[in-house]
Amino acid sequence: METMMAKSREDIEADVRDVLVDALGVDEDDVVPTATLKGDLGAESIDYLDIVFRLEKKFSLPEKPFKIAQGELFPENLMTDPSLVEGGKVTAKGIALLKTKVPHVDVSEFEKNPEISKLPNHFTVKSLCDFTQRKLSA
Amino acid sequence: MRWMWIDQVIAFEPRKRLVAVKCVSLAEEHLHQHFAAKGDLPPRPVMPSSLLLEGMAQTAGILVGSVHDFREKVVLAKVASAVFDRDILPGETVRYDATIERMDDMGASAVGVIDRFSFVDNSWAPVGRVELMFSHLDQNRAGTEFPEENFVFGENFRTLLEGAGLKRFTAR
Repeated sequence: METMMAKSREDIEADVRDVLVDALGVDEDDVVPTATLKGDLGAESIDYLDIVFRLEKKFSLPEKPFKIAQGELFPENLMTDPSLVEGGKVTAKGIALLKTKVPHVDVSEFEKNPEISKLPNHFTVKSLCDFTQRKLSA
Repeated sequence: MRWMWIDQVIAFEPRKRLVAVKCVSLAEEHLHQHFAAKGDLPPRPVMPSSLLLEGMAQTAGILVGSVHDFREKVVLAKVASAVFDRDILPGETVRYDATIERMDDMGASAVGVIDRFSFVDNSWAPVGRVELMFSHLDQNRAGTEFPEENFVFGENFRTLLEGAGLKRFTAR
């Protein structure tokens, strides 16, 4: 009956670590909560889709599929709207939207200098764990 | 001439699985260099792993492309893993068995299993396993514009696919 029990934070972190080791070919020891996917773990664009697919597979149960909608984990489609990004920087409206749509990403540092190109630097291992934990308990 | 590394499609389950075979021939010139005789060592022609990967990517790519009737520009974006345990020699037949793992608007992940048939042993034997990621190019532009024309699955390629027997499985 183990599958019926809610996963602990520790279990989720271990599973997310497995996903990142497989998707990015990184060392298990490098997957620490503060590690950024892009800067520290070397994720490239296609890796984000790979991570989404692997998370779906890892956390899906026959009675409860774990389906991640486009933009739900990584806000790639949100940020193409011109009212949200101006001159390469995310607008106040964009920041507000990020806080609502991707609460697993800590934007407190990002909003001091919200250059859109720097946004991926704020996706950490902890962001993935927070996202997964919140979605599993929803 | 199209860069084509499968000879025939032998099984097709729409949206799920595609199996193709390739017959390896000593008439393929690259085998004479891979590997040529050197010093006292005799020649050892074996199919390069990079081309096995290409054959698998073509098999899985055709499967992914077929889901949207070849309208998407499907490109190989990532080789997540590739393990090969056995050489393939001229006269042997390679079997590429591709299965879609997951798929959405942005792309797909696929798993490929490679076996080979040897007439010497009169048996199939496992060769390797690869995990691939495909991107739907037009859904992942990131500001880059690509030509309207589908340069992945053009007319020539579709004709080739018919030659490889895909139509047997898709004709109504």
